[in-house]
Amino acid sequence: MMLLQVQGVTKRFGGLQALTQVTFDLPEGQILGLIGPNGAGKTTLFNVIDGVYTPNEGRIIFRGKDVTGKKPYHLAKMGLARTHQIVRPLNELTVRENVMVGACFGHANAPLNNAGRIADEVMEFVGLSPKAEMLAGSLNVAQKKRLEMARALAARPKLLLLDEVLAGLNPSEIANMVEIVKAIRDERGITIIMIEHVMSAIMNVSDRILVLDFGKLIAEGTPEEIANNPKVIEAYLGDPKLAERLMSGE
Amino acid sequence: MKSLRQHTSLWLSLGVIVVMGAWPIITGNALSRETMFTVLRSVALASSLNILLGYTGYVSFGHVVFFGLGGYVGFYLIAVQGWSLWAALLAGGVAAGLLAYLVGAAILRLRGAYFALATIGINEAVRAFINNFDPFGGPTGMTLNFKIYKLYGGPGAALQLAFYVMIGLTLAVVLLSYWVRTSKFGLGLLAIREDEDAAEVMGVTAPAAKTWAFVLSAVIPGMIGAIFFFKNGTIEPGLAFPLHTSIEMIVMIMLGGQGTVLGPILGAAGYEALRDYLLVSPVFKNIQLAISGILLLIIVLFIPRGAVGWVRQRYAKVRRWLI
Repeated sequence: MMLLQVQGVTKRFGGLQALTQVTFDLPEGQILGLIGPNGAGKTTLFNVIDGVYTPNEGRIIFRGKDVTGKKPYHLAKMGLARTHQIVRPLNELTVRENVMVGACFGHANAPLNNAGRIADEVMEFVGLSPKAEMLAGSLNVAQKKRLEMARALAARPKLLLLDEVLAGLNPSEIANMVEIVKAIRDERGITIIMIEHVMSAIMNVSDRILVLDFGKLIAEGTPEEIANNPKVIEAYLGDPKLAERLMSGE
Repeated sequence: MKSLRQHTSLWLSLGVIVVMGAWPIITGNALSRETMFTVLRSVALASSLNILLGYTGYVSFGHVVFFGLGGYVGFYLIAVQGWSLWAALLAGGVAAGLLAYLVGAAILRLRGAYFALATIGINEAVRAFINNFDPFGGPTGMTLNFKIYKLYGGPGAALQLAFYVMIGLTLAVVLLSYWVRTSKFGLGLLAIREDEDAAEVMGVTAPAAKTWAFVLSAVIPGMIGAIFFFKNGTIEPGLAFPLHTSIEMIVMIMLGGQGTVLGPILGAAGYEALRDYLLVSPVFKNIQLAISGILLLIIVLFIPRGAVGWVRQRYAKVRRWLI
């Protein structure tokens, strides 16, 4: 059963062709990596999938329904959740309240007291429990990334879009976050699409990888296939030897 | 004990209002009753606007339009159509809520300064309309026949009754404000205030939530308008739609603490106390409004969260119950 189908999606901003005829299917239970150079259209693709932008052409089918042109809150209620590349905490609310927003209004659609319980559980899972009563604005970047993750998870989504959750983290924080991402799929059965520039991490966690360049899908396949694809090496990875090093986990 | 503490803000708020309302009744002093009527009116108006401004983050500079419209509708129904005060009160609230619903659909798409400007425009448009609307008496307005007060036991008893109604409305606003602040609906509003786009991505149906916040913030000002002008005995556009009242409402909220239940109550009471002092002081009596302007400036610059907000920010321990 396909959880998400993206069919011939094109998005233009004035004269800029941000996405051109992007098509792919995502079966349930996979982690799909999305890589490509800066400005390739990765975040735009997320914004089209979750309804922030309406595509100029093409269709988005989520859980068997055509959701093209639906608003972000429709998609959230249907089981989509995401994190933002540039974190967007609700600064004047506590960490716990932030997470409760996800639980109350997302796919979980929980009443307030249940949302509190979900929030406590999810904060424990991502390691934010000690910060529960702090104002979200006072967290550091790594904590804010966890908060984004916690809010998305509290919604009990079917599909989770992770936009560079590793960017700006130090190596030990990255290792920690990678474990969390794997656990989300393995323990919670949530399908994931993740945008990432940290190659070792994305090669490590993804079942399948898509490569975007100038708004076009230039490659699709397993991490091994992608690392050895000459087009990808030329457009993005740059160094043919890099593939071997990445796959050996260095 | 725990649940009592959880609702500290509610008990504090209701307590403050009951004391303010009971004082003139116990002392039987008509002058302090008039003063408290004004104070309670400010408390109720500020708390209503706080639902929109404090919780949802949309600054309305024309909120007095709901007070004025509710006043006109209520007054017209009592004075011309011979409705009872109670039916007219309800009608005033419904009229204000309906205006908010219709206008909200159009202008709640605007954000920040554009929304604020649009609200001023709405206030001026309604004022201009009523100025030229003959059934409402046009620019000269309407006057209540004193015989109507006889239905409520004579002018003295009617004034007393109006005071009781004002206490009731103020308590109702505070209950409403507290409910919104602690409900799931209110959590959605707070999320909109902090980051509307992020809130939508998390599933908050922002257009509907904003519209309902606008309606809730308008209904009781409409009812207050109806009771205020019933007591006043006369209504005219200048009295019903004064822009400076809108601005004073904002000053009160900012003073006490936007986005908290207790803040607008304390802010309104504090502002009225200050104004009382300024109006009788020989030095300040002519520049009373200028002082409010300076006050607003000082608050925005130095304590943008207001008194209650400042305490909340300073002492993390009180955050859970001081709202």
